[in-house]
Amino acid sequence: MHNLTHFLSCREVTRLVSQMQDTPVPLLQRIKLRLHLALCDGCTRFERQMRFLRAAMRTYRE
Amino acid sequence: MPATDISGQLAQHRGYLLRVARLQLRDEALAEDVVQETLTAALAGSGFSGKSRLKTWLTGILKHKIVDAIRRKQREPAAVASFGGLDAELDVEDFDALFNSKGEWDAPPADWGDPEEALNRREFFDVMDLCLERLPPNTARAFMMREVMELDCDEICAELSITANNLWVILYRARMALRQCLEQNWFAAGGARLA
Repeated sequence: MHNLTHFLSCREVTRLVSQMQDTPVPLLQRIKLRLHLALCDGCTRFERQMRFLRAAMRTYRE
Repeated sequence: MPATDISGQLAQHRGYLLRVARLQLRDEALAEDVVQETLTAALAGSGFSGKSRLKTWLTGILKHKIVDAIRRKQREPAAVASFGGLDAELDVEDFDALFNSKGEWDAPPADWGDPEEALNRREFFDVMDLCLERLPPNTARAFMMREVMELDCDEICAELSITANNLWVILYRARMALRQCLEQNWFAAGGARLA
């Protein structure tokens, strides 16, 4: 169970960002994610790259 | 539309269908068979209304043929290793090594600039193909089912006989591996390197 003082690590962020592409994720997790991204350039890039990857696969299909 | 036009159009898509089938089946002969069945079914069938694009329609038929082929293979007593199941792939590299003991990036993702530009380059998709080929077989299968065949998680779990958690782990690994491969061989290499 997560409490409010548990900040997400980058590793946890990568798992969460991936999971959000497949299944809905609770609001609290999404808020913690946004907070982390606001403070972390690496993970911000990662999230953008994951969105790009999905877009690339969509184009691959076409 | 004359029959010759249709078979010509279908033939144009053969290369793409083969690539998708190969990545999921990892068996050249089987992939050829499945694609042939797809094109035969397309020629014989009257299901194409012209509303969806031909490629999309063909991919739909291919999807069912691939799933049937996977099911048949899984039932064979001496199943080929790549159809044998996921346990080995679940144990392999889980990307923890990319993070330090505090869970922070050891080497964070590079800046890809404006990655969408790459989508206009054929060489980019050659690199993408090579990166997909490097994925372990069941990982590739699950990823292609999700991102190319657009099956939802329940469907994929049913087809591959895995739990939702297993699937999320596999898709995570696929995405981490592809991200790394694309960064090394395209974005951080200033364009094509593998191709």
